[in-house]
Amino acid sequence: MMTSRFIGNVRLGIKTLLLHKMRSILTMLGMVFGVGAVIAMLAVGEGASKQALDQIRRLGSQNIIINSQKPIEQAASGSMQVRMNMYGLLYDDLARIEQSYNTIDRVVPSKLIRGQGRVGSRTLELRLVGTTPNWFELVSRDLLAGRVMTDLDMENFASVVVLTEHGARKLLVGQSAVGSQVRISQNYFTVIGVIKSESTQSGSMQTPDQDIDAYIPLNVAIERFGDITVTRSSGSRSRELVELHQLIVQVDSIENVESTAAGIERMLSMFHPKGDYRMSVPLALLRQAEATQRTFNIVLGSIAGISLLIGGIGIMNIMLASVTERTREIGIRRAIGARRKQIIGQFLIETVVLSVTGGFIGIGIGLLIPWLITMFADMPTIVTLWSVLLSVVISIGVGVIFGMYPAMRAANLDPIVALRHE
Amino acid sequence: MTESFAQNPESNHVIELHEVWKTYRMGSQDVHALAGVSLSIERGSFWAISGASGSGKSTMLNLLGCLDRPTRGRYALEGQDTASTSDDELSDLRLKHLGFVFQSFNLIPQLTVQENIELPLFYQGIDAGIAAKSAQAIAERVGLSDRLSHRPTELSGGQQQRVAIARALSNNPSVLLADEPTGNLDTATGDSIMELLTELHEQGKTIMMVTHEPEIAKYAQFQLVMRDGKIESISQNPGSATVGVGVGTLI
Repeated sequence: MMTSRFIGNVRLGIKTLLLHKMRSILTMLGMVFGVGAVIAMLAVGEGASKQALDQIRRLGSQNIIINSQKPIEQAASGSMQVRMNMYGLLYDDLARIEQSYNTIDRVVPSKLIRGQGRVGSRTLELRLVGTTPNWFELVSRDLLAGRVMTDLDMENFASVVVLTEHGARKLLVGQSAVGSQVRISQNYFTVIGVIKSESTQSGSMQTPDQDIDAYIPLNVAIERFGDITVTRSSGSRSRELVELHQLIVQVDSIENVESTAAGIERMLSMFHPKGDYRMSVPLALLRQAEATQRTFNIVLGSIAGISLLIGGIGIMNIMLASVTERTREIGIRRAIGARRKQIIGQFLIETVVLSVTGGFIGIGIGLLIPWLITMFADMPTIVTLWSVLLSVVISIGVGVIFGMYPAMRAANLDPIVALRHE
Repeated sequence: MTESFAQNPESNHVIELHEVWKTYRMGSQDVHALAGVSLSIERGSFWAISGASGSGKSTMLNLLGCLDRPTRGRYALEGQDTASTSDDELSDLRLKHLGFVFQSFNLIPQLTVQENIELPLFYQGIDAGIAAKSAQAIAERVGLSDRLSHRPTELSGGQQQRVAIARALSNNPSVLLADEPTGNLDTATGDSIMELLTELHEQGKTIMMVTHEPEIAKYAQFQLVMRDGKIESISQNPGSATVGVGVGTLI
């Protein structure tokens, strides 16, 4: 009984709206663009933020990255024209951090040395990374050939090197890489393995590894290359002493990252009053990015809200005109015996039909626009289910809220006056 | 003029008015549109209400039609007092007991003839299938069964008024209220509408009709003339004293 009357009202509403097709379409436009804009904007925002978040996640959200950094105010030490800059992370820092918290799973040190790799006549500028075997656990990359570094290599001070796919291709064309000898700055290393390297071309966030990396045991690096780097520039030589360039601390769980990072920071700042290191916490970056995304969503939400408000007001305006136009019809219905709330129902359903139809067309447009953006502007977009569901709910909501006033006006007309209305 | 009204127990009276006043406030002055009207209408009678404009006949019809409540006095429709009813209850009274026929037909333009006729049934919440069947039956009774899918604007005035009568009948009301039903029609068409109303009266419908045309008023059994918010006279039309139909009482 109830439902048949409801269906009857919906049918009547559609029929009445179809009577003035142009007017109904124009009335719906506000909703169409409002909803379309909401979905499209959220899809673009979602796509952009996912891209940023993915880059941060690649750094490892359980990691804390500490880099050596040359202090800005560098007092000259040493004498004459030979200046020695000493800064950065120390071997002692590695030991201190390793022993500091039991929330730390592993600490991966790396010592970076610029060097030239040479095989026969082929050369390649390399970034020599002196590190420990757990680097390969931390930065897990596909092993393409051979094996990665082991503790045994460390114990034996073995002159072994793990190359990246890129390095192996450049230096060892047509040779089987594993077992080959590579000369790096006067020292010979035996290639024990080749790993795939993370492509860093997309985006600005740097991953800890690069294409031109060559990994050797840390103790071998110290023994062969020492801690001092000499740079010659315009007659004078500047010398830098850096023990370790980077420490990556992996924490056992995400919840402990921030407290551990704070602890390490406190400890390091005691030993490094010059501030010759820089700590970055990908998780914090992630949180920041998420917060930015939230702000972005609020802005988008406000814009969308305003456009929907305007859409709603447009609908209300037309419905008020419609009520005036149909005063007599309302009088007739009341005379026949329609209750006030049945008149309200009739007009409300009409408004909701308008707003929901507009909403659905808007959803269609909202799905189309991100698709076009991805197609032609090559930007990632993600249409989320919740934004579509939200749009449906909002469409109904706008219809009910902005339809209520006109419907009440209609229902509160005095039937006698309404019947006499010309 | 006795006070017999209130003591009429098992009455066959569909409508009972007792000392009904309807007062409007115009600025600082009270205007009495109805000034103490008492009237009983027996089931199955056919009344014509006439009077000059401002005599209170429209107010009377609005009141009888449960579109309005008396300021003072008692109006009972089918024994139900309307004085203290809510808006919803008044709506329900109209829906259950009344059918309206207007001068300007007042059909809903976006609905077909059938849907217009079904409207009271729609508000009664009657199943669509049943409503359609009964609308078709009524359309046949007023001679419009071949126009059911038309829009009101596609019909002549006389046909539109037949649709309006069909609509007024579809809820099987106790009283048919007609406000100048022939006012917008030519004489011949008007006569055919009056014949239809007479036919309905003969089938037992109670009809209250407002008209200012004496020719039309003659179709009724009784003529009630209003003046200054009061009943001036009630007379029985000659030749209309038909089969044991009750008489209204002027008190």
